[in-house]
Amino acid sequence: MPSFHPPEEMLMAYAAGSMSEPQALLIATHLALCPVCRARVSELEVLGGTMMEELEPAAVGDASLQSLLARLDEAPPQPESLAPQLAGEVGSIDLSVPQPLRGYLSAGLTELPWRTVIPGMAEVDVETATPEARARLMQVKAGKTMPRHSHHGEELTLVLTGAYRDASGRYARGDVQVADPEVDHQPVAEAGEPCICLVVSDAPVKLTGKISRLLNPFVSYK
Amino acid sequence: MAFHEVMPEPATKARGADALRLEGHMAAIARDRDRAAFIEVFRYFAPRLKAYLMRLGSAPQEAEELMQEVLIIVWQRAETFDAKQASVSTWIFTIARNKRIDALRRERRPEIDPNDPALVPAAEPAADDTLATLQQNARLREAIEVLPPEQIELVRMAYFEDKAHVAIAEEKNLPLGTVKSRLRLALGHLRKALKETT
Repeated sequence: MPSFHPPEEMLMAYAAGSMSEPQALLIATHLALCPVCRARVSELEVLGGTMMEELEPAAVGDASLQSLLARLDEAPPQPESLAPQLAGEVGSIDLSVPQPLRGYLSAGLTELPWRTVIPGMAEVDVETATPEARARLMQVKAGKTMPRHSHHGEELTLVLTGAYRDASGRYARGDVQVADPEVDHQPVAEAGEPCICLVVSDAPVKLTGKISRLLNPFVSYK
Repeated sequence: MAFHEVMPEPATKARGADALRLEGHMAAIARDRDRAAFIEVFRYFAPRLKAYLMRLGSAPQEAEELMQEVLIIVWQRAETFDAKQASVSTWIFTIARNKRIDALRRERRPEIDPNDPALVPAAEPAADDTLATLQQNARLREAIEVLPPEQIELVRMAYFEDKAHVAIAEEKNLPLGTVKSRLRLALGHLRKALKETT
């Protein structure tokens, strides 16, 4: 059971559907590993349903009902599924990666096209439909101390394998760390297996003016 | 064919009875593809779904189309509705939320797969109780009514304006920390109401 959870208002944004896809991917993957937050999100969905019921109802014409009734015999669409394309690559599916993240990966964790950022640290992008936020997997060699860094904007980290420590505690599988620009830390990966995390960086609050366009909204290691 | 406006029902305190009735209709749709039952579900939810979608910024025509798409899904997937896990309003809310993300934002909605072997199961199984899901709705309605206005306003914005909390903070000219702490306070109150035994 994870020890570090996303803050409550993030679970709320997930339940409300107002979160960007990369953030929602990280929260949902945490939910797969955390029955406590799963129960909370269920409550927040009850809240959503209750508030929808309490809205002042809008006028709906009878024609609307008639046109809908005429459509009821339409063939249902293919069921929505985030399942990966299994055909021909069953061997590369890594069942230790929880859904929904697994459905976003082209291969198992070890076969992904990792690119080295600095010695002992590699990353691979996770493609989503949202250009404003970036999701990536980060792999840090067991025992490695990462460079000291701070963050532009807000960054979420979810541990998938291994563990790391910084001044705020020890983060292992399922744990979520939220880093805002005030967090300045130097995480150390534990000995044992490599520490692989899903990391989601959101753009800074505002992007206006010439200077801000030059700013890299994501963490940079120098 | 009679061509009249389907009058929106007035807000009623007797939602508990509505909820039970709607569950019965969902069961009839799942079992018998019962069109009369579907019409009842439509009369209750179509005006509320349309209001929800308009609150989130859709023009009436777009809200109308999305509402129809949501209710088609309700018809097609009626067998997947489980009254033990959620009330009809909760279930339909999640369908509308996901449909909107898919249709308007053109994003995927990442969700857990309950059958995923990597899923960490709950220590104790979820309460298998239809009555409990109905009581949750009722208790929440009561708790919402007594929330301080500055809290409920932010909860509404969080659900109905498709805005990140930073955007809400900007719009309300409040520090982000205040928005977050008010939302947490509100949720604390609501959660306490959910846990109270009556």
